[in-house]
Amino acid sequence: MSDRDALELIAALVPPGSHVLDLGCGSGEVLAYLRDQRQCTGYGIEIDDANVLACEQRGVNVIQLNLEEGLAIFDDQSFDVVLQLNTLQHLRNTERMLMETARVGRIGIVSFPNFAHWPHRLSVAAGRMPVTRSLPYQWYDTPNIRVATYADFEGLAQRCGLRILDSFGIQNGAGVRRWPNLMASVAAFKFERR
Amino acid sequence: MSFAQPLPLRSAAVLRDYQLMYETYGTLNEARSNAVLVCHALNASHHVAGTYEGDPKSTGWWDNLVGPGKPLDTERFFVIGVNNPGSCFGSTGPTHINPATQQPYGADFPVVTVEDWVDAQARLCDALGITQLAAVIGGSLGGMQALCWSMRYPDRLRHCIAIATAPCLSAQNIAFNEVARRAIVTDPDFHGGHYQTQGVLPRGGLRVARMIGHITYLSDDTMDAKFGRNLRASVGATEPCDTPRYTTQDIEFEIESYLRHQGDKFSEYFDANSYLLITRVLDYFDPAREHGGDLSAAFAAATAKFHVVSFTTDWRFAPARSREIVKALLDNRLDVSYAEIAAPHGHDAFLLDDARYHGVLRARFDHIARDIAQEGAP
Repeated sequence: MSDRDALELIAALVPPGSHVLDLGCGSGEVLAYLRDQRQCTGYGIEIDDANVLACEQRGVNVIQLNLEEGLAIFDDQSFDVVLQLNTLQHLRNTERMLMETARVGRIGIVSFPNFAHWPHRLSVAAGRMPVTRSLPYQWYDTPNIRVATYADFEGLAQRCGLRILDSFGIQNGAGVRRWPNLMASVAAFKFERR
Repeated sequence: MSFAQPLPLRSAAVLRDYQLMYETYGTLNEARSNAVLVCHALNASHHVAGTYEGDPKSTGWWDNLVGPGKPLDTERFFVIGVNNPGSCFGSTGPTHINPATQQPYGADFPVVTVEDWVDAQARLCDALGITQLAAVIGGSLGGMQALCWSMRYPDRLRHCIAIATAPCLSAQNIAFNEVARRAIVTDPDFHGGHYQTQGVLPRGGLRVARMIGHITYLSDDTMDAKFGRNLRASVGATEPCDTPRYTTQDIEFEIESYLRHQGDKFSEYFDANSYLLITRVLDYFDPAREHGGDLSAAFAAATAKFHVVSFTTDWRFAPARSREIVKALLDNRLDVSYAEIAAPHGHDAFLLDDARYHGVLRARFDHIARDIAQEGAP
């Protein structure tokens, strides 16, 4: 079980041949996989110079933008799928970005570290902020400015008028459908606008 | 290279019996698929890279990007630099003889546009036996030519690399150009543009034109870092100057000295009529105009893969303008990558060697070279 397996779990949510926008696409690994394995087209959005270069080296279309400035450059429903993988926790305006995701894409797919995974609960119960493989940072130097749980996201989705099409946890590259809020370090949601 | 077939221009005028100066670097492969056209901006020429024999100071204007082992690697690509008509580095321009009058063209040289330049470049490619370019690349006004190629000759390029450019000039941009033109035209030595037959040159006007242009190519921060409020030391002085001279007409600040030097240098090698023409080439470029202002519609025919680059401190061709281009390309679902480089140098950054900037261009050209090699494989 590996990151590659997790990638495949997410990729399986993307219909083949989709036009995809990947928000916070990192080094372009997911887009390259979708291009090579699922005949997808599309673009990544990335702010970091090194990641932009990595995308360019992979031959993935990348647009260097700050997501905090919104997605005004993209028209409504201009993508089949919008991905927001491991990105949500770095954004100040989580709610707006989620709405934007649903505006620009027909389907949204979001993944983020699940704060309610049981080792994190144990850590907090013991009086300390969790430092684990999925949340590897000390509280004072974490880039995660929004920490949330699997269950929290369900609430936000409701609030934003999103219909959840599928959701599950990911633990060690495997899908977790039983008690994901407790048993998975990563939460994954597939949704559309209601 | 001489062209006997007249070039019809957008203005409805025609350019007769013209010649284009060009240089090439590297070798055209057997499939003729590795040619890259480099388009120059306002004041540059066909001399893109390298130095001329016996003249070590004659380095090409984009030598940091183009050459053996450089991001645009001349060991893999056949690079073409061409001087555009109306300019003043050997291609037919205002200082040349007008075949209709047997006098120098001067102010009678027809107004040219980006589209006309691109047509002339396409003819040069025809003459060189190149049907499709691997890429067209340019910065600033050169970027406009690259974009124009993608719309005007969509089948003739595979990649379009547009750097520090805009889909059209803003009112502020045109305003700067107009100040430059008025400086030239109101020079007493301008003689309505026929200074050549009077045996004089409107150097004063050209100097001022270059000074205003130069200010807009630099960022506020770069200028401050480089010159600040430093006072100009007297000639021959070894200590920096710390007391003002209280003069209105002499050079007081370092920045004045720098601008005057740039103006002087420029007025020695550039032609005033060419400056008027080329600032107009910039002003008139507006591909969206024919489509009711819809830039996305202007790119409807384009098929190239695009790479757009802007620089955060470039206020003459600001990142927002590049994003307009990117948006139009996205609307057409074209392949596009966009890098917004946080370089401090303003518009000039496109000519400088920034690791992030050259890094993405190197990666792009690596891909292009790989594709060419794969196509060539049996």
